[in-house]
Amino acid sequence: MLGFVLRRLGYGLAILVGVNLFTFILFFSVNTPDDMARLNIGGKRVTQEQIEKWKTERGYDKPLYYDAGKAGAQRVTHTILWERSVSLFALDFGRSDARQAINIGHEIKVRMGVSLQLALPLFILQVIVSVAFALLLVFFRHSRIDFWGVVLCVLMLSISSLFYIIVGQFLFARLLKLVPMNGFAPGLDAAKFLALPILLSLLSRLGGEARLYRAMFLEEMGKDYVRTARAKGLSEGRVLGRHVLRNALIPIITSAGSYLPYVFLGSLVFESFFGIPGLGAFVIEAITGQDFAIVRTMVFLGALLYIASNALIDIAYTWVDPRVRLQ
Amino acid sequence: MKFVLLWTDLALWLLTAAVLAYAWRVKAHANLRATWQRVLRDPVAACAGVVMALFLLVTLADSLHLRRALPTADGSVVYDTRTLSALDLLLARQIAMREVSYSLPLGTHGFNKEGLEDAAGAVRRDYPRLQFGGAHLADPATQWADDVARRAGTGLLGGLAAALALATLIVAGLARRHGGWRPALADLAADRTVYPLRAILLTLAAVLLLAGPVIALMPHYHVFGTDRTGNDVLVQALKSVRTAFVIGALSTLATLPFAVLLGVLAGYYKGWVDEAIQYVYTTLSSVPNVLLIAACVLMVQVFFDKNPDLFETAAERSDLKMLMLCLILGLTGWAGLCRLVRAETLKLRELDYVQAATAFGVGDLRIMARHIAPNVMHLVLITVVLSFSELILYEAVLTYIGVGVDPLMNSFGSMINLARAEMSRDPVVWWSFAAAFGFMVGLVLAANLFADGVRDAFDPKSRLARSRLLRRRGADA
Repeated sequence: MLGFVLRRLGYGLAILVGVNLFTFILFFSVNTPDDMARLNIGGKRVTQEQIEKWKTERGYDKPLYYDAGKAGAQRVTHTILWERSVSLFALDFGRSDARQAINIGHEIKVRMGVSLQLALPLFILQVIVSVAFALLLVFFRHSRIDFWGVVLCVLMLSISSLFYIIVGQFLFARLLKLVPMNGFAPGLDAAKFLALPILLSLLSRLGGEARLYRAMFLEEMGKDYVRTARAKGLSEGRVLGRHVLRNALIPIITSAGSYLPYVFLGSLVFESFFGIPGLGAFVIEAITGQDFAIVRTMVFLGALLYIASNALIDIAYTWVDPRVRLQ
Repeated sequence: MKFVLLWTDLALWLLTAAVLAYAWRVKAHANLRATWQRVLRDPVAACAGVVMALFLLVTLADSLHLRRALPTADGSVVYDTRTLSALDLLLARQIAMREVSYSLPLGTHGFNKEGLEDAAGAVRRDYPRLQFGGAHLADPATQWADDVARRAGTGLLGGLAAALALATLIVAGLARRHGGWRPALADLAADRTVYPLRAILLTLAAVLLLAGPVIALMPHYHVFGTDRTGNDVLVQALKSVRTAFVIGALSTLATLPFAVLLGVLAGYYKGWVDEAIQYVYTTLSSVPNVLLIAACVLMVQVFFDKNPDLFETAAERSDLKMLMLCLILGLTGWAGLCRLVRAETLKLRELDYVQAATAFGVGDLRIMARHIAPNVMHLVLITVVLSFSELILYEAVLTYIGVGVDPLMNSFGSMINLARAEMSRDPVVWWSFAAAFGFMVGLVLAANLFADGVRDAFDPKSRLARSRLLRRRGADA
């Protein structure tokens, strides 16, 4: 067990180093600090002096990868790469490049809470509704209900989530006036703002998920233990609910688990459409504002969450299937 | 006139050539032929394939680009800065029919009131007549309904005639093998043909019946209305098809070199090669996809902004940007397929025929190229067709976020993006949105259904999930 944990940690760390190096090279080789300064200061005529000042303020006044002017270890440590990486790994995300007032770490902490309020209920509902719908289809397999259910699934997964949002907003917020169009309020008031995005997000993913789960269940249905269960005289509902569902949990966990990072990172599209000030909206702002410090931080955070959720998935495997051992 | 070969044009034509070459190969190999026959015998997949082929036709028509020579005083040759495609030439009339602003589908008047001066010189606020839409009508209030009905009726009849002609053609083709015209017609009507020709015919007839009225109305009306700047929405939707196709097809294609090469290498050599390749793709897939794409696109944008004189025309610039987007989607999206190919190669390399080849002293490279790569191709094919529709949907999201295709370029994403603001206007401007919705769902649905057919034919395991109601008589299980 200890060996497993250590190996997982080591591998995770190696991946984080890789991600960090990759994004650093990607960002800084095309876009030197001088370019970033020019872009952020804006205007046609930017003096070298302004650029130097901008760089010093943000700590970009060093060589990128290697400082030949220094001696010993400082050759490597007195560089942007080293300083940025060390601070990232210490989870000190610094400040936004474009707007110095924004402390990225603080912003993430606040916004992640908001994102969680949207994404956590969504995640739980998503799994329950998709599994229930898929089980329903499997229960009525090879009948008309199953056929039209699958047709519905294919149709639903062929429609872009943007269409769901626009039509949903139009229908529920504008015509029926059931919920506000967009916006957010902290506390319990959030419910009325979050109801519509949760519903629409649920719908937009239901088709694909339900179809996937249906195929997984059908694969299990062909196995011997199902026949045994039926031979024992169990009702079809019991066979499905107790035996098939349990055995299909592993692929379900794998597929649902891939959404886990987004439970924390939030949904880019839904948050920006509904004006919810979560992490997703933060990223979109950073992308449109070309704020590289924020994008780099979010990439790092995303990788961190991915590694963490993969570890969680592995633990969940042992929990649903005692035969699986962590080693 | 000068022909222009944009990068994506080149890629699309090469792709078409590759598909034809593949078809040739399928024809030569009994095995592959049998599997593809299974796809084509599946009525849903065959119909979806037909619809896809129609969309491909639009795409290819939109991929022949040229620049007109402009008349100059001194006889030297100067080319227009606008790059036109064959589709633009076909739709030249619709493109020239540019109004001032919004107008309803088939409308004769503008959507917004304006101050108009009547004959007496008094100014009143009313809806202005459109410059082109229904301009041939003297009094739209009384003539409009008749005119539209007459033209639509003519178009419908034309569509019907074309459908009947098509049916005759099919029956004529069947006649020899089915023993005369009458039995051929009976077999077609009762769906007793080798391929689901009845379903294909019905699909084509539906398309023709829809297209007939649209084509008949097009010269005098904006069938899908006009957008904020007065451009015909139908033209935009048709031109968006190419963007969707390019993104869907080229992006998946861009994943293949990495996925197949690295997957086979990792699976074949195992050991540290495998470890290294696994590390690379785990690292790539650990970053949320949208973020990774956004980061890469931002970099390309910065590079383009720094080198503005790289391109002669705006079309070349937005085209290269789209190609870069495809490459980025490819570079960031190969992990899934690579994982599959690696797993399959691990299995294949232990099989007897590979072991035999090794024993005969066949080199590693040759084994991988001749014995392993061909046997993972079914995975590649399934992934390619499955991700095609996903990528089209993805393009819309990316364009919304601002890292998709160039705003100058027609795409479903940019149409939806504008529709967002239009849907919150009062009264609501819905036709742009509806047109984008119709075309996009049509394309994605066809792609999804076709992909399902291909997967069922190439992956026996997936056939389990197939509904029995869809099975045709005579088609194998």
